[in-house]
Amino acid sequence: MPEPLLKIEHLGIEFHTRRGTLVAVDDISFDVLPGKVFGIVGESGAGKSLTGQAIIGLLEPPGRIGAGRIFLNDQRIDQLPYHQMRRIRGKKIGMIFQDPLTSLNPLYTVGKQLVETILTHSEMTPNQAHQHTIALLDEVGIPAAEKRIGHYPHQFSGGMRQRVVIALALCVSPSLIIADEPTTALDVSIQAQIIALLKGLCKEHDTAVILITHDMGVIAEISDRVAVMYAGRLVEVGEVRDIVKNPKHPYSQGLMGSIPSLHHKSEELTQIEGTMPGLMEIPPGCAFHPRCPHAFDRCRQRRPGLIDTKPSKVACWLFENEDRSGNT
Amino acid sequence: MATPDQLKTNTPPLLRVTGLKRYFDVSEPFLNRLLEGKSRLILKAVIGIDFKINRGQTFALVGESGCGKSTVANLVVGLYQPTAGKIEFDGIDVASLTSRAQMALLRRRMAMIFQDPYASLNPRWRVDAIVSEPIRAFGLLKGTQAIFQRTGELLAQVGLSPADGEKYPHEFSGGQRQRISIARALASEPDFIVCDEPTSALDVSVQAQILNLMKGLQKKFDLSYLFISHDLAVVRHMADRVGVMYLGQLCEVAPVDAIFDSPLHPYTRLLLDTIPDPELTGRSSQPVTGEIPNPIDPPSGCAFHPRCPESTDKCRREGPELTTLDSGVQVACHAISASSEK
Amino acid sequence: MKSVLRIQDTVYRFFDSDIWYSFKKSKVTIAAACVTVIMILSAFTAPWIAPHNTFDPATLDLMDAFTPPVWYEDGTPKFLLGTDDQGRDIFSTILYGSRISLFVAFASMLLAMILGVTLGLVSGYLGGAIESIIMRIADVQISFPAILIVLLISGLARSVLPNVRHEEMAVWVLIFAIGISNWVHFARTVRGSTMVEKNMEYVQSARVIGRRRATIMFRHILPNVMGPVLVIGTIGLAVAVLTEATISFLGVGVPPTEPSLGTLIRIGQSFLFAGEWWIVIFPGVALVILVLAVNLLGDWMRDALNPKLR
Repeated sequence: MPEPLLKIEHLGIEFHTRRGTLVAVDDISFDVLPGKVFGIVGESGAGKSLTGQAIIGLLEPPGRIGAGRIFLNDQRIDQLPYHQMRRIRGKKIGMIFQDPLTSLNPLYTVGKQLVETILTHSEMTPNQAHQHTIALLDEVGIPAAEKRIGHYPHQFSGGMRQRVVIALALCVSPSLIIADEPTTALDVSIQAQIIALLKGLCKEHDTAVILITHDMGVIAEISDRVAVMYAGRLVEVGEVRDIVKNPKHPYSQGLMGSIPSLHHKSEELTQIEGTMPGLMEIPPGCAFHPRCPHAFDRCRQRRPGLIDTKPSKVACWLFENEDRSGNT
Repeated sequence: MATPDQLKTNTPPLLRVTGLKRYFDVSEPFLNRLLEGKSRLILKAVIGIDFKINRGQTFALVGESGCGKSTVANLVVGLYQPTAGKIEFDGIDVASLTSRAQMALLRRRMAMIFQDPYASLNPRWRVDAIVSEPIRAFGLLKGTQAIFQRTGELLAQVGLSPADGEKYPHEFSGGQRQRISIARALASEPDFIVCDEPTSALDVSVQAQILNLMKGLQKKFDLSYLFISHDLAVVRHMADRVGVMYLGQLCEVAPVDAIFDSPLHPYTRLLLDTIPDPELTGRSSQPVTGEIPNPIDPPSGCAFHPRCPESTDKCRREGPELTTLDSGVQVACHAISASSEK
Repeated sequence: MKSVLRIQDTVYRFFDSDIWYSFKKSKVTIAAACVTVIMILSAFTAPWIAPHNTFDPATLDLMDAFTPPVWYEDGTPKFLLGTDDQGRDIFSTILYGSRISLFVAFASMLLAMILGVTLGLVSGYLGGAIESIIMRIADVQISFPAILIVLLISGLARSVLPNVRHEEMAVWVLIFAIGISNWVHFARTVRGSTMVEKNMEYVQSARVIGRRRATIMFRHILPNVMGPVLVIGTIGLAVAVLTEATISFLGVGVPPTEPSLGTLIRIGQSFLFAGEWWIVIFPGVALVILVLAVNLLGDWMRDALNPKLR
């Protein structure tokens, strides 16, 4: 097994508010392998975007990392001072947001923004950077790249803009890209194009991707491994095929069952009763127990850790006896 | 040639829309046009569509953004006036109603559920005031006690507690707000509800709850839905008949199973091919090239021809009509109408 | 019974709200609120708490004129802050004066608010020609200084109304003039917010069930655009106090028989260099404290109601 590119150990993110400290992400750990796509899936408020922001060092105050460590290539990056983190953001980690307009400056042409970024983070001459930009735009599928390089972001359509953002994230060949809901704002037919592009490029450049989304379909399409998050905690981590075909955690099962199928018509969708608790009201024990059809006493009292059931890891007491990691 | 649907029911459809058109004038102000020499710009959001919805059925309109599906929803409930065409509700031409009282009789029988659960409830109103607004607007019940009683019933019907009426919308989650929205839609005891992307702002597990609720209510109250969505999986789950829209026109109208199992129009096939599939069926999803054209400047002939793998010269020259095939499926494509004539 | 519960609930919500929290957190704001409340209360209870009734000429004695404040040798505890040229107690005139100042300011702001909010709602919601007309009038009016408009209106009133009527109408003319000169800010803000709100789905939902336009404007949209209106109203209150003082200082405001703070300053300023500084300084300080306190409240309100700054 290759060394992981990114290692997250017991990460916790908290918010200090006047009503006390809220724990938005609670003790999550996972590894991202180089060149692989790692999906984080969960409903809004599950803490998946915060996790992405914490990795790249862009947590908005009052949010802050309260616990845990983040390693990139064995270098600890969660405590770096601002300017060092900025260098890592530019060179080693790229970012793609849901709304392409947040990463593009409306006042500059896309060419200028790409060239500037390349010049800041590499040794290229302006001329080389310009050539590289055209090649990049061409690579992300923007027709007539030489002409489009002089256009402003508003002159591109939503899908084309997201391509520019991908070019911007890729331009300094980072080893990791964090993509936060990259296709949510796009139409289905455009979404398919962007997913295919992201998948192809990352394979080609050997870039790892953390794909944060609520859309199980997108995850299934391109991820290698998936983490399912619920109320700030990891409930299941594993290979995408195992999680999609054979989810183990009751929440993952409910989540998969609630997706309407394209292939057959069912009278009723599986539904998980109730709603995900807010940060103020996370219950003791397993956070999912009030909604779980299998909950028993233990779930109400103690919080389950990730249990390695091979192939996937599940945070659920139901699998306690299946722990095959050998450290019980 | 009557379609199987018509043969089944003798009663007229609850809603019939014929030749519906809506154009928007999006040109710059007069002075700017005069000084900058620009011409008028007309956005043709809906370019002549026909469909009907039978009692107790769900008709879904699907399409990508800018295809005009939400405009159709707004036209049907009267938020927009049609540029041309006719909307008949229960056999009554909506345009023929002139007095406020007549309109109110019609409006009571229609309701609408909106997309954004955060914008569709007045943040300064308590939930019971929001839910009971249609009751008070149409004067359906007299006396605060009776209205209070009814509001509690409505909230219970959508899975909330009558005590929730005391709260404000911001105290609820997205899914609960959508339930409030549904309770308000039910308040006037309508027989037809227009649902404009009712679950697209919700998480999947919440979406499942809302879809199940809507299906249950449909059965219970014999409701008809006009269901607007961009999500084909949701449409398959909800709809009886489906209309696929592209740039203001219907390109295929068919029973839901026909659309999904044997799609005819190239655009329908494209849509089905491109959805990411969470079921890992191993189907090769091929990305389609090309973008949705700007509706202000649509392509000539068939609007889909620049992205269509089977387009011919004829497609570039003239737009196809929506024709009814022997199977009852309606489709607007030269290639298909040509092969069915043979 | 239900309405009592509702009121309790509303009160509870207020004390649980972020606005109350940010109020409790800001010492400056609490101080400003205390000062404002004390000044308003003492102004409106002036007839009961003032040591002298300065409006009653029978109680005045010219022998008391120019008495210095109590801490001077010539001062007497009878006149805490001294007296003016006619022997009126300065402390009492300040109380009575701020009563008139505040009354004019409140009434004119209320007028400006009702006018501006209504016109703003109508033009924002209806749009079209009505909007163009209202907003062009606003544009023209805003290009003149407010004080000029007030002077114009009160000058006009002076020439139209007979002299006898004029004295008793003076306060109302002033209220009307200041109110008219301040509606534009309300109208512009409300129009902007209304144009955002009218596209919200809750408004469409009201339109679908065929609610009347007036119902939609005043029941649905109005409560949602009131936040900025309260901020403008509070800051506008301070401005109105100042405008009234300026007008009265110039001598075209309220008559000297019913002096406001501005009138007092006008009367006092002629004695400033003669050594009787207290006649002008104390009303001046009262004016500054009042305006400062109201302004601080307005600033806090603007921050507290702005979700971006929270």
